[in-house]
Amino acid sequence: MHKFLIHNQGDHVGVATSPIKSGENVMGVYMDNEKTIEVTSHGDIPLGHKVSVADLAEGENVIKYQVTIGESTKKISKGDYVHTHNIKTKRW
Amino acid sequence: MNQLYGYRRENGKVGVRNHVVILPVDDISNAACEAVANQIKGTLPLPHAYGRLQYGADLDLHFRTMIGTGSNPNVAAVVVIGIEDNWTKTIVDSIAETGKPVTGFSIEGHGDLETVRQASWKAKEYVQWASELQKEPVELKDLTVSIKCGESDTTTGLGSCPTVSQAVNRLVDAGATVFFGETSELTGGENLIADRMATPELKDKFMAVYNDYINEIESQAVDLLGSQPTQGNIKGGLSTIEEKALGNIAKTGDKEVIGVLEPAEAPSNGNGLYFMDTSSAAAECITLMAAGGAVVHFFPTGQGNIIGNPIEPTIKITANPDTAETMSEHIDVDVKGLLSREINLTQAGDMLMNNLHRTVNGRLTSAEALGHVEFVMTKLYRSA
Repeated sequence: MHKFLIHNQGDHVGVATSPIKSGENVMGVYMDNEKTIEVTSHGDIPLGHKVSVADLAEGENVIKYQVTIGESTKKISKGDYVHTHNIKTKRW
Repeated sequence: MNQLYGYRRENGKVGVRNHVVILPVDDISNAACEAVANQIKGTLPLPHAYGRLQYGADLDLHFRTMIGTGSNPNVAAVVVIGIEDNWTKTIVDSIAETGKPVTGFSIEGHGDLETVRQASWKAKEYVQWASELQKEPVELKDLTVSIKCGESDTTTGLGSCPTVSQAVNRLVDAGATVFFGETSELTGGENLIADRMATPELKDKFMAVYNDYINEIESQAVDLLGSQPTQGNIKGGLSTIEEKALGNIAKTGDKEVIGVLEPAEAPSNGNGLYFMDTSSAAAECITLMAAGGAVVHFFPTGQGNIIGNPIEPTIKITANPDTAETMSEHIDVDVKGLLSREINLTQAGDMLMNNLHRTVNGRLTSAEALGHVEFVMTKLYRSA
């Protein structure tokens, strides 16, 4: 059973559809092509919050919906919890 | 789908409710309007905070909102009450162009009690007349539907907004009219909307409207970091305005946009999908869209916004399983099955269209049953 969904292939983050625990091995589904991906979570991720499916350096664009939703403010590894502590808007 | 039934008004527009509105021109006429509504059962007062010493574009918007609200096809007849004759008459004369019954009363020279007495007689006449109006068969193309989401989280972008997109595409294909807005909340995806404008002129107009709004925010020497995304959005997992905007845009379907409307402006380019320049605050936005003529509203929510509107039934959709459980009395269409993948988007779209049919045919929305009547005027700047 999937525990997170990713909008599009190529996105850097997925959204937890159930709470995910740190250390948990979880499966995600790409909504555009039904492909699956597995990650080991590095943090507790509440429902609706994001998990990284890519390794990103500090200052990289973060992609969701195939569009830039902000940039990383620190290094992000696959499986990391992604939120305001490690990404920020590029608008202001 | 079952036959739709609505109220076809004197000007041919179709409504799905049959309100007799008691409309104050200004803040100080609220008391008289509420007294009339208290006296005459089945009438609907719309108290609000403004209408004195406004000028310029702000006054234009005030009139447009008042006139549009009275002209909305969900309204059968209107009693207008203002402090003085002139502005009262301006609003009455414009609503009268729809052909619906409307009468104005002004308080100066009479006082509240005499005004309430006269207005109550007229309100009684209207409400008894309206109660005998019959619904008749109508079609989807007769409807104007507005959309705006609130208390968004990542589940709105995943589930409830794409569900609305399904309905928007089907409505536009059926020849209906749809409004979307929320100018500042397009930030990060404004180019996606600009690219859907039907003509280069509309694209320029849209970008001018969008840039004006952002410049206005920036002229306050602040940015929106503290309020966009909101604390509720962040709690729901949204990290940036861009992410919020893309979820927001996920409800607009994929049809071309055939008009860029001013706040509360009625469309004049035929049926189809329109952008309206609005605040992203739910009550202000829906009030403006209802004044533009929308008769049913789709409201996707993640964390659970409870908004309603006095004249426009507001259908709430959520895909957030926690909200569907903890705030179920506010939710009309529960599409949490999209997150668990137990239903697909087509099925979710069917559920929303089915609820639309039932709402048009008379089923009260959760917001109507719970008494949510948030009528909030947009004010552009302080009064003179």
